[in-house]
Amino acid sequence: MSRLIFALTTAIAVSVLSVVAIAESGGAGVTIQNYTFNPQTITVAKGTKVTWVNRDDTPHTVVAVDKKFRSQAMDTGESFAKVFDEVGTFSYVCGLHPQMMGTVVVTPSN
Amino acid sequence: MPQNRDENLPLLTRRRALGCMAWAGGGVIWSLVGGIPRSLLLGEAAAAVTSGSFNFAQISDNHFGFNKDANPDVVATARESIARINGLPGPVAFVLHTGDITHLSKPAEFDLARQVLSEIKAPLHYTPGEHDVLDETPGALYRQAFPQKAAGDGWYSFDAGGAHFIALINVLDFATSGLGALGAAQLEWLAKDVKAIAASTPIVVFSHIPLWSVYREWGWGTGDAEQAFSVLKRFGSVTVLNGHIHQVIQKVEGNLSFHTAMSTAYPQPRPGEGPSPGPLKVPAEKLRTVLGVRAIDLVPGRGQLAVVDKPLAQS
Repeated sequence: MSRLIFALTTAIAVSVLSVVAIAESGGAGVTIQNYTFNPQTITVAKGTKVTWVNRDDTPHTVVAVDKKFRSQAMDTGESFAKVFDEVGTFSYVCGLHPQMMGTVVVTPSN
Repeated sequence: MPQNRDENLPLLTRRRALGCMAWAGGGVIWSLVGGIPRSLLLGEAAAAVTSGSFNFAQISDNHFGFNKDANPDVVATARESIARINGLPGPVAFVLHTGDITHLSKPAEFDLARQVLSEIKAPLHYTPGEHDVLDETPGALYRQAFPQKAAGDGWYSFDAGGAHFIALINVLDFATSGLGALGAAQLEWLAKDVKAIAASTPIVVFSHIPLWSVYREWGWGTGDAEQAFSVLKRFGSVTVLNGHIHQVIQKVEGNLSFHTAMSTAYPQPRPGEGPSPGPLKVPAEKLRTVLGVRAIDLVPGRGQLAVVDKPLAQS
């Protein structure tokens, strides 16, 4: 039980840290943990920089289904960022784990 | 023992061809002969394997570059696996590599892989895993490190020991099925490749991600594999060898037999056990019981394959 609490505390601390880091940069963030993009769907205003951070001990990537963007492999703790300048819905997968899917919804600014 | 096995097979036709399955986890081999399972002790099965005149091996998931807790020294365990292959009794015609040679597709990892894998005495036939095609132009570094005469994006076939071997790639474009994918171009090539081959020829297909649905929730399957099997269903014996899931799981379905292999680097959880398929950390003294290689024996003239998994250490 104490290990579980420790793990949960660590997970919360880590996600708080990444949220703070992303908030300071003025962008939006997606955390990759337990082979899941979190949040799975993120809605941002046009021009927002979205940053993905890998918190798993296995590498992940972000690959647009329409092939328009593609990250390098992110090992543990590594990140990938992209500014979304076009309004629309962009689906992506992890190029290493096909079951991992996510969506970025870009709305008009203001 | 091989003689006894032969006596048990008088009614065996290729249409009813057996998948000779092996499960080496507990030191017992289960063989399916004409659909009836029977067990062989490990030594007996090893004798059966060496009795054939055509032997080959499978190695998978070396993950050169991986250095996390689950195995801080993947080079050492890869070398031990290679020693198991080089030490197999009888000649090994070649070794099939079912991918994830590297962990992150880095040039230095490919260099290391080439150097270590060159210690295998038999020739190698490769197919990539998703970890091998992470570079800017997916697969460019892999093809440069392990050049092969191939069609399309790297699929190919060859004949050996009376069987037809087919290397497929299901890691290049996942689309949105949540599973591995072969793609239309490769499926078209496959149909042409086997068109002129007699239905009595044993077929051995190898690819990285399982071509059967092991566990969809973790992406352990190939979305369009059914289309490949519709082309292969007329053959009397189809053996499918895969990697990717770092454990031995086997299944027989009619004339198709499916086998996933152990990794030489680290184990992964059983399907659905735990929150994710991430690297499984086992006690150090247990690691070598869940890593290993595979020996396959093709019995001439019968289209029968015996598959024996060889862990680096007995549990």
